[in-house]
Order: sequence, then C-alpha cells, then structure tokens
Amino acid sequence: METKSLSIDIKEEQQKAQEKIREQGLRVLVCAGTGCVANGALGVIERFKELGADVSVLTDYDKMTIVPTGCHGFCEQGVLVSIPDKHVTYVKVRYKDVEEIYETHIRGGQPVERLLYTDPQTKEHIFKDEDINFYAKQNRTALKNCGNINAESIDEAIAVRGYEALYNVLTENNPEGVIETIEKSGLRGRGGGGFPTGRKWRFTAANRGGKSYVVCNGDEGDPGAFMDRSIMEGDPHKLLEGMAIAAFAIGADEGYIYVRAEYPLAIERLKKAIKDAEERHFLGENIMGSGFSFTIHIKEGAGAFVCGEETALIASIEGERGMPRPKPPFPANKGLFGRPTLINNVETLANVPVIMLNGADWFAQMGTETSKGTKTFALTGEVNNTGLIEVPMGTTLRQIIFDIGGGIRGGKKFKAVQIGGPSGGCLTEEHLDLPMDYDSLIKAGAMVGSGGLVVMAEDTCMVEVARFFMNFTKNESCGKCVPCREGTKNMLKILEKIVAGKGELSDLDLLEELAHTVKEGSLCGLGKTAPNPVLSTLKYFRDEYIAHIVDKKCPAGVCTAMKKIVINEEKCKGCTKCARTCPVGAIEGTVKQPHHIDQEKCIKCEACLKSCPFKAIELQ
Amino acid sequence: MTIDTTRRISTTKLDEILQSYDYKKSNLIAILQKVQEEYRYLPEEALIYIGTKIEGLSPATVFGVATFYAQFSLEPKGKFEIKVCDGTACHVRGSMPVLNAIRNKLNIKEGQLTSENGLFSLETVSCLGACGLAPVVVINGKVYPQMTSDAISIVLDTLLKEEE
Repeated sequence: METKSLSIDIKEEQQKAQEKIREQGLRVLVCAGTGCVANGALGVIERFKELGADVSVLTDYDKMTIVPTGCHGFCEQGVLVSIPDKHVTYVKVRYKDVEEIYETHIRGGQPVERLLYTDPQTKEHIFKDEDINFYAKQNRTALKNCGNINAESIDEAIAVRGYEALYNVLTENNPEGVIETIEKSGLRGRGGGGFPTGRKWRFTAANRGGKSYVVCNGDEGDPGAFMDRSIMEGDPHKLLEGMAIAAFAIGADEGYIYVRAEYPLAIERLKKAIKDAEERHFLGENIMGSGFSFTIHIKEGAGAFVCGEETALIASIEGERGMPRPKPPFPANKGLFGRPTLINNVETLANVPVIMLNGADWFAQMGTETSKGTKTFALTGEVNNTGLIEVPMGTTLRQIIFDIGGGIRGGKKFKAVQIGGPSGGCLTEEHLDLPMDYDSLIKAGAMVGSGGLVVMAEDTCMVEVARFFMNFTKNESCGKCVPCREGTKNMLKILEKIVAGKGELSDLDLLEELAHTVKEGSLCGLGKTAPNPVLSTLKYFRDEYIAHIVDKKCPAGVCTAMKKIVINEEKCKGCTKCARTCPVGAIEGTVKQPHHIDQEKCIKCEACLKSCPFKAIELQ
Repeated sequence: MTIDTTRRISTTKLDEILQSYDYKKSNLIAILQKVQEEYRYLPEEALIYIGTKIEGLSPATVFGVATFYAQFSLEPKGKFEIKVCDGTACHVRGSMPVLNAIRNKLNIKEGQLTSENGLFSLETVSCLGACGLAPVVVINGKVYPQMTSDAISIVLDTLLKEEE
C-alpha cells in the first residue's frame, strides 16, 4: 500500500503547541482529579489565580499559568501542586497554604519545606516527585501524561506527542501493519480477562467491509479500581487516539465510549476532548485529510456492574437491560446492533498510541514472558500510600505494598490483599514474592482483574470480607442464570449466618458445593467468578471461619454480633455520660451508681466506649 | 418541606426530552436519566408515556429497564441525595459506622430511601473511584473525603442549618 500525505503536518502542530506552552510562563500544576477536588483543589486553583493576577513581581517569568491537571495518582497526599521549572512537588496543599508557596517560593525563591513530602523512614524532605518512593519505583506508560498536562486542553496533549501515532498510522496507510505491531507487542486486555489484544483486533478485522464498531469499555465497576477513571479524566485524548487507531486497523467508522454514571467528571472531559479533536480534524469526517472517518459517541451507564461484561455492555448501549448474551456469536462477528464490534477496555486502548510510537519491541521488553508491558494498580485499603500506580508486569506484591505503598498503616501487620475485586481472590503473606502477571495470579487462585489492590491488615475479618463481596455480587447478579441468581443469594445467607455467630460446620461444605455450582452454571464472567472470594478465603483463612463457627469469636474483632460491650462496675462512677450518649437508650442506672448495658437493645456502635471518662466500658 | 408526589407529569416536557433523543429506542437509558433529572425520580405515568411513544417499546419494557439499573428510582429522592460509598476500600476503612451515624441522625431506617420530611435520601453505592480518600460520602455530587461518624455529623448539621 502506498503512503498518504495528509493535510496536517503533525510536527508543525507539535511545535505550535509547545510554543503555546512556553508562552504560559511559569507553569503551576494543580491536580484536579476527583480525589484532589474532594480535598479542595478548586479552592487552591482559585487562590493561585488571585495571587498570580499581579505578574509584574515574577522575577524570571513574565507570566504564571495555573494548570489544572488530571489525577497524579498519589491521592493520599492531595492536593498535589507541582512546579516543574522549580523542580518541586508540594503535597497536602490547602487554600491557606497557597499564599506561602506564592510569596516564599515563586517570588522569594525559597522552597516551603513544611509542604514537601517527608519520607516516613528517613524523615527527609523530598523535593521532586520522582525521588519519592511512591513514584521512583513506578514506570508510568499509560498514565504518563496524567497529572502533567491540562486534560481539557488539546494543545497540551499535542505538545506531548498526542495524535502523532494516529498521524503516522494514517500516513503509512497499512491497517494490517497496525494489527501486526499490536500482536507483536504482546499487549493483553487490561480489563480483566487478559485476552491478547492483537488477536481480538484480527478477528474483528476479518469481517472488514460493512459497518463495524469500536467500543471502549469504561464501565469500571470493580469496587477499589479507578485507573480507567484517571485516564479518562487525566488524558482523554490518548484514549480517543487509541480508539481511532483501532478503528483504522479494523475498518470501523463509528465508536462508543461506555462510561459509568458514577464518573461525571470523566464524561465531561471526554465530551470536551471529542469536540476539540473534531475541530482539529483528529476525529470525525476525513481525519487529517486522509479519507478515513471515525466519530465517537459517549454512552452513560446507569449503575449496573454486569455491564462491564462485553455482551451486557452492548445490550446496554442498545438501550436494553444490561444482561449478558451467550457467546458465540462473539462481538467480533456479531456485536453492537448486530454488526462486528471490537471491545477494548480504557487502559488497553490508552496503551495503543504509546506502542505505535515506540514500537512493539520497546513494549515487549517490559514485563514477563507472557505478560508484556506495564499494568496500573489502584492501591487502597490499609496501606500508607494509597493511590494509583503503574509498574512493569511481574513486579512483586512486596515491592508494590512495601516499597511503593510504604507498608501497612499504623504499623499494623499485613494480612492479605484482595486483588481483582469481587471476581478475584485474596493473596496472603506466602504470595508476597509472587510476580504480578496474568498467569502467576491465575495459578495462585486469583486474577489481575482490573487491577484493584485492597490491602488488609490484621484487624480485617476475612469472613466479613467474603460476605461483603457476596453481598455485592448478589445485588449485581442480573438474574438471567438461575445458579448465579439463587446461588449468590444462598451463599450470602450462609455467610450472614456465620458472621452473626449462628454458623455450623456443615455450612462450610454447603458453601463450597454452592460455589462450584455457581461457577459452572453461569453464562458470564460475573457468575463464573462470583464465588472466588469465598473459595480463596476458605482456602487461606479457614481457621477464621472455624473460629466464628466453633468458638463464636471473630479473631479480628470486627463482627458485631460476637462483640459484647460491658460496664466494669468497679470502675464506673455513675456519671451518666454514657447513658446520655447511647443512641438507642440501652444504658440504664441511677446517678453515682454503676450503670448497666441492656445487651438486647445495644447496637454495638461503641459510642459509649469513646464517651466514658473513666475507661469503665470494655469491649469483650 | 415535603415532596409533592402528586405533581402531575408534563407531557410537553417529556416530549421535549424524547425529541432531543430522536424518539430512539437505543437512547432509552439517556432519556430516563433526563426524566429523573427533571423529577428526581421516575414517575409511573412518565414510564407509561415513554413506552407508548417510542417505536418498538412497550411500557413493560421501559419498566424493565428502569428497574434494572441502580441509578433509577421509582420513588422520590430527597433534596439532598446522600450516597455512602461502600466499595471495598471504603468498607475496609469503615464506611458502615458512617452509614449508621447518618441513619441515626436523620432517622432513616434500613430499607427506607427518603427521610420523612423529604429532605434527605440515603443510599449506598458500590464504588465512586475515590478509593484513595476512603471512606467517602457524596452529597448532591460533592465528595466528602475521609469521613468518620463525627465528621459526617458536622456536615449534616451544616446542611440542616442552611435549610432552616
């Protein structure tokens, strides 16, 4: 095939965009991801703007520009403010701190030490984010621009090589070559399944000729995962470019991004990005004069976890109940509106432009033999540094939790990590040195899933965690397959019985039997994986189940039914404070006489425990 | 303040919404979202009306879609929509005590959506993607990070005071 000359010169566009960035003067990047906004990022931005109005005082610059960026990942330390030209990143910045940064550092040239990140071990102040352990051990590829560019400005995306890969692909005009590159890179689906992306593209491209679609799955429903949200909010153009390249490779002219309704900011940013890209001819009719057309629509979800399953997602885009359909036919042959459809997850598509720019070999040298490249993980729970990270596939759990995550919160002991949400399983201490890749995790009875890592410490009850996930899948089961609909309900009943202290040993056998039935008798991934949390906690923490059933004790002290709050009569002075605090009136007694808790009425909220000035109330 | 549940639906308004989505079957979810935005819930009459206006749909199908997705509510929500995140990260970091504190304070029982005065509705959601700030509560779109029983109580007091 012959190469094409396009109506736009991307290098020229890049230079123009970079010039615009230089004209901004001193760039102050303020993280405006959902997390930092909740911590007051918008106020920080406003305050900077107020102060920066008088630019005559800036010595080295004639201008200062406040750049709201997407998620920087280190949510724990938000609001993050970084000034790249001054080689500094400030953490936990609040409205009241802005003036000091402005006066002391921007005008005075002296860093504000108290707002620097302090290494918890060495107690040293750290200036640059790349020197903070949290970032130093990462390899940010899909997330590279998140937090470094203004997500709402297409110029900023172009300045960091946005749409260059699409430009190259359209110039070379060789769809087969694109598919070969993706195949060679070894990229696998980042949404959970880990299916080879190139192979999926090839299957769909085989039906080239008629109408076909590219669908981006942005229905990030796994509780505890938010990488897709961060990409959509922080670098939307990368996703759009990835979709356009995919569409060119498989011969599609229309695309949909299905975004959960819980992500309003992502929807807003994507809408703006699509509009801007169309204006600049990177999307829409006759892209960059190449003759290739591709338009993207946004479809907002309405709150259904099962819609993350590709056939359910298709049903939902069509306006129906989001119930999975049997496969085959696979979407590659018969998908959206009955046409061949390529469905990829957000992170997968965000990797595409990077691979096209740097080559398949570059991507394939990262990671392990069968899992190439990098993977984002949402690190949350009882870990010191919560946030979003990206590491090469095959990084061990120990490196992630202790080096990047900074260890367990409050000096507690590590117990387990739940990976892959309600479809995944838990990994324990014995797995700390396990390489995190698709195949090693499957062998260990877990899965990468979307990459949610919820760290649990010694005071987390694993039986309660299993109950929590079963409650989730029971609520989210669409009801189509009886084993899933009824099985999850009954498994939940048994788990509720156990955490209520009413379990029997035979319940464990029944749980296992039900788990296998649900796994085998369900059509889609939701049902097939719903029993995983139960099976893996039963495997690794059977003793906790037994403690609940036989000893009627919750070793972690979480399950309220097994908790008893009592007043130590010797210590109680009868001050009546607890009786007044109790929300349900369960505490009785006369002034200056020891009080008593009515166990029937007590809801175990522990309000009295905190209120007692004599520490006379005890938890048993 | 109480919510007027007898408020008549306006077919002009519904037609306007349907029109903006070309009366298309595949836009049903978006249409229902707009209707809910308008009425703060999906009135039964509206569902029936939509079911008869869009080709290829019946009121039963519309009802089926409306009851499938968690976002849709067939009973009125409060002026303040409180969503307590009970995703894994929030759950592990104590979202349940926060939920119970709200229930006690606003006198909303388990299984009840909206408070008697129609001011607050209370729901749990699976994950809001703000796991780094767990546990979080969202009230009318505003995210309140790292909540505790005491902190949420202060937030609610402020809202109640504003209402007076």
